[in-house]
Amino acid sequence: MSADDLNLRSGASNRDGLIHPEVAKANDESERGQDGQRLTHAEGASRPISAAPKAAREPQPRGAKIRGDRPIDQAEAAERFLAAPLHQKAHDERLWDVRKKRDVATHGIPEWEELRELASAIKAHTLSRLDEYLEQFEAQAKANGVHVHWAADGAEHNRLVHRLLKDHGARSLIKSKSMLTEECGFRHYMAGTGIEVIETDLGERIQQLDDEEPSHVVMPAVHKTRLDVAEVFAKTMGTDPENDDAHYLAESQRMHTRPLILEADAGLTGCNFAVAETGTVVTCTNEGNADLSGNVPRLQIHSIGIEKLIPRTEHLGVFIRLLSRSALGSPITQYTSHFRKPRPGTEMHMVLVDNGRSERLGMEEFWTSLKCIRCGACMNTCPVYRRSGGLSYGATYSGPIGLIIDPTFNKRKYSTLPFSSTMNGSCTNVCPVKINIHEQIFAWRKVLAEEHQIPLLKQGMMKAAGQVLSRPAAYRAAIGAADSALRHLPRFAVYNPLNTWGKGREMPETPRQSFHAWYRQNRMGKGTGQ
Amino acid sequence: MSSRAATLEAIRKNRPSGEYALPEVPVFAPLVGEDLVAEFGERLKRMGGRIAEPGSADPFEAVRERLKASKIVASAVPEIEGNRDLSQVAQPQDLADVDVAVVRAVFGVAETGSVLFTQDELRVNAVAYLAQHLIVLLDPADILVNIQAAYRRPEFGRAAYAVLHTGPSATADIEGVLIHGAQGVRSLTVLLMPRGAH
Repeated sequence: MSADDLNLRSGASNRDGLIHPEVAKANDESERGQDGQRLTHAEGASRPISAAPKAAREPQPRGAKIRGDRPIDQAEAAERFLAAPLHQKAHDERLWDVRKKRDVATHGIPEWEELRELASAIKAHTLSRLDEYLEQFEAQAKANGVHVHWAADGAEHNRLVHRLLKDHGARSLIKSKSMLTEECGFRHYMAGTGIEVIETDLGERIQQLDDEEPSHVVMPAVHKTRLDVAEVFAKTMGTDPENDDAHYLAESQRMHTRPLILEADAGLTGCNFAVAETGTVVTCTNEGNADLSGNVPRLQIHSIGIEKLIPRTEHLGVFIRLLSRSALGSPITQYTSHFRKPRPGTEMHMVLVDNGRSERLGMEEFWTSLKCIRCGACMNTCPVYRRSGGLSYGATYSGPIGLIIDPTFNKRKYSTLPFSSTMNGSCTNVCPVKINIHEQIFAWRKVLAEEHQIPLLKQGMMKAAGQVLSRPAAYRAAIGAADSALRHLPRFAVYNPLNTWGKGREMPETPRQSFHAWYRQNRMGKGTGQ
Repeated sequence: MSSRAATLEAIRKNRPSGEYALPEVPVFAPLVGEDLVAEFGERLKRMGGRIAEPGSADPFEAVRERLKASKIVASAVPEIEGNRDLSQVAQPQDLADVDVAVVRAVFGVAETGSVLFTQDELRVNAVAYLAQHLIVLLDPADILVNIQAAYRRPEFGRAAYAVLHTGPSATADIEGVLIHGAQGVRSLTVLLMPRGAH
């Protein structure tokens, strides 16, 4: 427990800074625990969020412009996000708060680094024998009375699930959040079929109603303020447009969605882990909506990316301990659900989806990205992501993990993304399965440059940089020149459109002398005095 | 070629070279102290759940008010008599109007404050999500030290459905404001009560 918590315990001043304290009931069970301590589990913020004044209403910046296969201009979308200071600040602070909660949670476990090593090694092993583990999983699932299907790509997944729904005469489908179905474009595909798809995760539902993709793998609507949500709900569910209290909005969504859950003919969930030895699908959620999707309708479908396999139940003892602590800083999600056999009188289907994964397995520098357990820690820690928003990437996966996964889906469209990184390596440091994310970002830059997938300007700059960096004398001359140039050049020469590093940041103050020059002057030629 | 065959063939062709042995997972020392009941309760509370000891006169004292205020109680335990018989429920949707569900946990986990249910304890799985509030009976002797110990239990290999609940349904998808009862139960109260005591 932090000092913050203790300060907040007593007195009415506790509620300072809360959004609409007059709306939140004094005896609200959510805000505080049984002993009166402020709760921060699930995705809860660890400090009260100060309410932005309504007068300062700011339209939500939208994501990257999608123009077919043309390269995404992430920088352009990021600039629009930066130009919306209320959104940018809220987003940055919110995610940094989650990152700090992650640090507190991990520091509480002495074996944290050992768990990361284990998780990484278990995943590497499973991926190196993925064919065998998939066959084992399939055999177990079939023995459990589950129908198992295989889909080579997203299109086949969508057709397959659509056919299942049609064969069962389903008119509506409730689903829980699944990055795989986002990747497959499932919702867009279903829009033309006459079968209604209803997202039941609050964040994902907000995004569906606003006709936007999720911007974060764990918190789909984290880029939106409560005012944005109030606007979306007023338009689509008829709520009071003036009431932007989070409690009111969440409750309205509950009341609105519940009848749809009860009437749904089918339910679909994603999969966090698929256990080969038992044929079990494991989902980790906070809202309980995956359990509603799996336990209420008569037809139950689980969409599984083939890289989700782990060999044995005992390995959940490693991954479950890592997942939510990395994602949100809580020891576990509210619900960790293990679906193995159909309920009596119902049908259970599992769809194993490849969609490029088997091909990625053969990419020497990039196959370990398949270890990803979609915790989002790399996004929360990334300075670029926090200040540009997930939608600026124009791809299913944003942030550092997106930079190394997205180009495997479309090299041209996502050719610019690996350049949206400062290469600080923080993503690699927080990754619970130890993917060398920043090194893969760099490797992608090389691949894309060699294949001429990057713009000419960047290519020219990199070629020049390469020539300078490969010759020490030229490098030193260039540094000296650049430092004195930075001191003497007028601002317009440094902060111009050709120098992307001058955008949105000040150039560092230049040292009076380079280290090399200092060393030559002070240490070299002074004999061996020491 | 079927998609199954194509996927498996591509995987075999693209297998990463080198040997990646499956590591032995060591048994880690528990993060919790010896008083498992206290540790369990402390962690459950941090996850938004509530914990109660049985009262001396009325063992259900802690939840009596909630039960009294409820029109429909679905009980899956012999200790409490409800007015919605779970064995007579034709379909999960029939539980939409349940105010309080009472269920016994298979075990608890001190590391996280979680409780485990399978389809046997729930009778109808959906009752644990469609009810407005959940009351859980837990024998203090059934508390395991950590998640690692939990996953060595046989339930995960044989249950059709097994679920760890840690506190109530929660969301903070709107500006990080924590709200209980996103879609599932609005509260979860664990009552420490030995099996067969009442």
